[in-house]
Amino acid sequence: MSLGNIFDIAGSGMTAQSLRLNTTASNIANAETASSSIDQTYRARKPVFAAIQQSMLNPQQQGMALANDQGPGTGVRVEGIVESDAELQMRFQPDHPAANEDGYVFYPNVNVVEEMADMMSSSRSFQMNVDIMNSAKSMMQRILTLGQQ
Amino acid sequence: MPISLDGALGIHQPALEARIKRAEVLANNLANADTPNYKARDIDFGAMMQQAQQNLDGLAMEKTHDRHLDTGAMAADSELLYRVPHQPSVDGNTVDAQQEQSRFMRNAMEYQVSFQFLNGKVTGLKKAISGQ
Repeated sequence: MSLGNIFDIAGSGMTAQSLRLNTTASNIANAETASSSIDQTYRARKPVFAAIQQSMLNPQQQGMALANDQGPGTGVRVEGIVESDAELQMRFQPDHPAANEDGYVFYPNVNVVEEMADMMSSSRSFQMNVDIMNSAKSMMQRILTLGQQ
Repeated sequence: MPISLDGALGIHQPALEARIKRAEVLANNLANADTPNYKARDIDFGAMMQQAQQNLDGLAMEKTHDRHLDTGAMAADSELLYRVPHQPSVDGNTVDAQQEQSRFMRNAMEYQVSFQFLNGKVTGLKKAISGQ
């Protein structure tokens, strides 16, 4: 039944968006985590999304789906999490306990404003997927009443 | 002559299936609203209905072997098209979330319409069977 697929699709969207929300929360929480060396400093993390094609889920139909690429797709997956390679903030704070011998500490390259915008975007997208799931649920409930008085 | 249940229900059953399929495609667009390089897709509902009508009229090819492909279903699948974007985006994604959502809602309403028609057919058949 293809109505069931909608639950999987919206579910994959919700999983992906909540993971994005997780990385945002982690970035904001660590926005002020100072460290004494470049290697140990926290870097902003971002998820990478990719569409799931039907052929990946359905191995027996793989030949068909690859031949014409006509599958509608079955949601979204998180391909991985990448760390931002933007420049770290170097601050001169000689009295900081983590300061290096020159008196500098390194702060993460987290852009808090960008993270807030990202947070709003992902929570909206999450809500959208919840709406889709609700609609699919009511569509399914309706079809169960077929032929009843 | 026996009554064919498919014939008795008419176009409404394939219409309902097409609505479900379109809902799936639109849900997939919305799930991928933030995926880079994802291209929004949609179904040409008119072409799908035309195909269903032709199948009802008996123009679909008959399967005489279990390895024959279903020509009707293939043609319906090939109506999956790409949407023309209204504005370019930096990440190459062509999903407009608001538009997709309104299309999804509209499709859900049209699904209810198809469902009402189908329900009417079933109720009519039940009445005819019970003879009241």
